[in-house]
Amino acid sequence: MEAKNKVVRKFREKLIERLLFLCSLLSVFTTLAIIYVLLSETIGFFKEVSLIEFLTGREWTPLFTNKHFGILPLVCGTLLTTFIAVVVAVPLGLISATYLSEYASPKIRNIVKPCTEILAAVPTVVYGYFALLFITPLLKIVIPNLAGFNSLSAGFVMGIMIIPLVSSLSEDAMHAVPMGLREGAYALGSQKIQVAFRIVLPAALSGITAAVILAMSRAIGETMIVAIAAGQQPRFTLNPLVPVETITAYIVQISLGDTPHGTIEYKTIFACGMVLFLMTFVLNIVSFKLKKKFQEVYE
Amino acid sequence: MNRVQWNKRIDKLFNVFGIGATAFGLLILLALILDVLIDGFPRLRWDFLTSFPSRKPEQAGILSAWVGTVWIMLTTALFAIPLGIGAGIYLEEYAPKNRVTDFIEINIANLAGVPSVIYGILGLGLFVRAMHLDRSVLAGGLTLVLLILPVVILSTREALRAVPFSIREAAYALGATKWQAVRYQVLPAAVGNIMTGIILAMSRAIGETAPLITLGALTYIPFLPQHPVSFSAQVPFLHFSLKGFLDPFTVLPIQIFNWVSRPQKGFLTDAAAGIVVLLAITLFMNGIAIYLRHKNQKRW
Repeated sequence: MEAKNKVVRKFREKLIERLLFLCSLLSVFTTLAIIYVLLSETIGFFKEVSLIEFLTGREWTPLFTNKHFGILPLVCGTLLTTFIAVVVAVPLGLISATYLSEYASPKIRNIVKPCTEILAAVPTVVYGYFALLFITPLLKIVIPNLAGFNSLSAGFVMGIMIIPLVSSLSEDAMHAVPMGLREGAYALGSQKIQVAFRIVLPAALSGITAAVILAMSRAIGETMIVAIAAGQQPRFTLNPLVPVETITAYIVQISLGDTPHGTIEYKTIFACGMVLFLMTFVLNIVSFKLKKKFQEVYE
Repeated sequence: MNRVQWNKRIDKLFNVFGIGATAFGLLILLALILDVLIDGFPRLRWDFLTSFPSRKPEQAGILSAWVGTVWIMLTTALFAIPLGIGAGIYLEEYAPKNRVTDFIEINIANLAGVPSVIYGILGLGLFVRAMHLDRSVLAGGLTLVLLILPVVILSTREALRAVPFSIREAAYALGATKWQAVRYQVLPAAVGNIMTGIILAMSRAIGETAPLITLGALTYIPFLPQHPVSFSAQVPFLHFSLKGFLDPFTVLPIQIFNWVSRPQKGFLTDAAAGIVVLLAITLFMNGIAIYLRHKNQKRW
């Protein structure tokens, strides 16, 4: 009886471990499924469109009768909105992180940090509405020739959205810098501002870079804000005042129409998805490695 | 003025600067909330919640949208919670330190950063086409499951990591098996923080628009998914049906997006009113999560 119980118990323990392992294996399956789904239709796409045209063409008109499949305008729109978002989020996020980590009392930090994180929790469709109907009219007062749809206000609002990503992760990195480094600097006669910017900031640099890269990746993949407020006109330009279209906004535009399965228009979704996936994948991996390196040094 | 005084002044200045930078985002958020409240106020009536979308903006409502959101969220929670907690437990408590584990970990880290619209493409290829689920509640829910799983896994792991090792050792000392230690000691100790993570993940899923649009969710739905429980005059009077999971759906953010992209001014009011409802739900859930996290800040 005793022995039998032991066998049953051992079997149950093994079974549970296997089941839990399968749960975590689902993530590997998800990645494989993403790659499979993207690849299968992308290959079909490149049977009809040459890779050279796709990567170097400056015209993106899959919905016109005269079809062109150069993705550069979409990439350009994506990078432009991302750049604006980063320009907004990185200075604000870093100053905020330095303040919270080095200047604010722990009590203030504990209250303020969750509050700023709410910024990242607001649904993006809400931000899109806000960019289109609040920020754009406001900017129009200052810049009269601003178009109704433009990358400036979309990028700005996107920047606000990713502030918590930059500030929270950077603050974590600065917080992890050992106290001894700060004390050493103080012993040499440094003041707070010097400690913050000459000791803590450089020491936390790889962690901060990881945060900024992750924020960039988030901005590249952000969809609804740009779909609503940046317009849907693929344009090879760096002018922030005119309508553009990002890769993500194009995917949404096509998905909203009734595109029959198997057509070239349908396949463009997957080709664009592939480009988007590769861009964010590289950034995510770089960010992950940097973070890991930072953790190895200080934790 | 010598250097020390100069630096002290800069210190003070930076303090102000830091508060300003931190407050900036919150001020924008405040402006946003006020803006949608003012814009949406004329349409914030009870019948807004109980009417279907309509061609006339002053009669349009979010009934099919919020019911769809509830359906999608139930489906998502049903799968994401057990799978996410299971994976989190495995990685934190069971996983040996080897290449397979490393690979799974880097996978999850990457998946957490994959744009949501890509998950929509995945759902389109996998659930809608390959599994023939069509543009149903189930297809939408499963897509969001894959989307929020990394978040649930990461927060579960963090919660488990916060439980000190001595708890496990005490359980082993009393003769518990590994699973017994996890199930009866570690999990109960971590459950508050796990809940926080799940609520945050769900609040993210509620606001997701892009993956469901990519999936092909419709923007105009003048009916509801079939109710799982229905009554009738014949025996056995009560009928259960899971057919609703295969019905087409729309969700609140998609309805809002649809209204924002219409040219008529009246629909913008509808959109703003819809946003007020959506924001109220998201902020409420985040509030609960912050409260729970605060309450569970246990020092061991």
